[in-house]
Amino acid sequence: MVSVLADVRHARSVAEQVPDPELPMLTLADLGVLRDVELTADGTVVASLTPTYSGCPAMAEMRADVAARLRDAGYGHVRIRTVLDPPWTSDWITPEGRRKLAANGIAPPGAAPRRAAGPVPLVLTPTRRTVDCPRCGSADTEETSRFAATSCKALWRCLACREPFEYLKEI
Amino acid sequence: MSDDHVYLSLAEGHEDDSRWAYGTGFEDPLHGVDTAVPAGIDTVLLAADCLALADDALVGAQRLAEWTTRAPELEEEVALANIGLDLLGQARLLYARAGQVDGTGRDEDAYAYFRDPAEFRNVRLAELPRGDFAFAVVRLLVMSSWRLAHFERLASHPDPVLSAIAAKGVKELTYHRQYAAEWAVRLGDGTEESHRRMRAAMDQVAPYLGELFTAHDVRDEVVAVLRQVTHAAGLPMPVYRPLPGSGRSGEHTEHLAPLLAELQSVARAHPEAAW
Repeated sequence: MVSVLADVRHARSVAEQVPDPELPMLTLADLGVLRDVELTADGTVVASLTPTYSGCPAMAEMRADVAARLRDAGYGHVRIRTVLDPPWTSDWITPEGRRKLAANGIAPPGAAPRRAAGPVPLVLTPTRRTVDCPRCGSADTEETSRFAATSCKALWRCLACREPFEYLKEI
Repeated sequence: MSDDHVYLSLAEGHEDDSRWAYGTGFEDPLHGVDTAVPAGIDTVLLAADCLALADDALVGAQRLAEWTTRAPELEEEVALANIGLDLLGQARLLYARAGQVDGTGRDEDAYAYFRDPAEFRNVRLAELPRGDFAFAVVRLLVMSSWRLAHFERLASHPDPVLSAIAAKGVKELTYHRQYAAEWAVRLGDGTEESHRRMRAAMDQVAPYLGELFTAHDVRDEVVAVLRQVTHAAGLPMPVYRPLPGSGRSGEHTEHLAPLLAELQSVARAHPEAAW
């Protein structure tokens, strides 16, 4: 039974190394999209993935990539599960993932908003968020658009070094 | 379906590449999700709920997509397209769920491309023509506030798939509403022209509000949000009288058929195509 344990650990490490199709500097584990890797009694490796956004067009790609890597690593029976609950949050991006984002010019997200049960409040007063420029580190930055090339990012600019940069939104 | 490679899994069963029409990566959006329906759930009702919410999202997404190349600024174009993409994602999940529980086994394409206007169950506000940017803002404000309030409740629905779709949607709808609310305040409290256009947009949307509240009992919450926004924007609250009929029973305006004709044209011209 030792080999089973070793196997699941190995399978997990293989799945963890699969890069995200949209943010290739991150692995699916860094992004928090890979939720679990298990080995069933009949020897099937079951990897669980969760989508970041409902409309994320990269989900099929991720499933295919994880399955292919596991098969290449010698696992004959692979199944990919999609987990919708609990929904993905940017809080699941690992410290290593955050470091890699910043190193690649993308400001990592702050803590995701927490809310109590019941109606979601609408806040119209400006909420001050500080996002440090991933290039020069200045906190003197501003949002130019809450929407960018992918669902998960916003556009910001640094007022100190004058460079635009992307920011991975907290959700 | 094979998980090995997107291309291979799509080409599976029909090796002829020419049948590979357009787009990539589309497959069952609930692929690999536990799809059992818990005992005691009325599946007819559940399927109808999923279908109606999917239709609101699909038709809404189509109207938002029309803003591509037409928005006042590139940033707004990207924003509206992103919001549309979220809604499209919600629609795909909901269609997939509807097909699992209504016993027909239909996939998302069967619902989106091969139903006629009278079979669509979206509320009429979703299908009204694109209008100007003020109208886009007001419609998005109303639709996202309404959908958010309903999804927030659906997050505790006994069907685990619908509740998960809703819980995920809550996060997305929260920033859709935020975007619309901020623009509503900016335009309502902006220039004379922007204020005038916002008032006109409010008047256009008003007759369709009653239908929303008949469909889902979230009136108090939506009215509270509209009150908050109109107050900050210096706009009057929309006054509405219920309009007869409802998109929820397949009664639509004359605007839905042309929208669907465009949306469905390629799929209907090539019904055998796979993508």
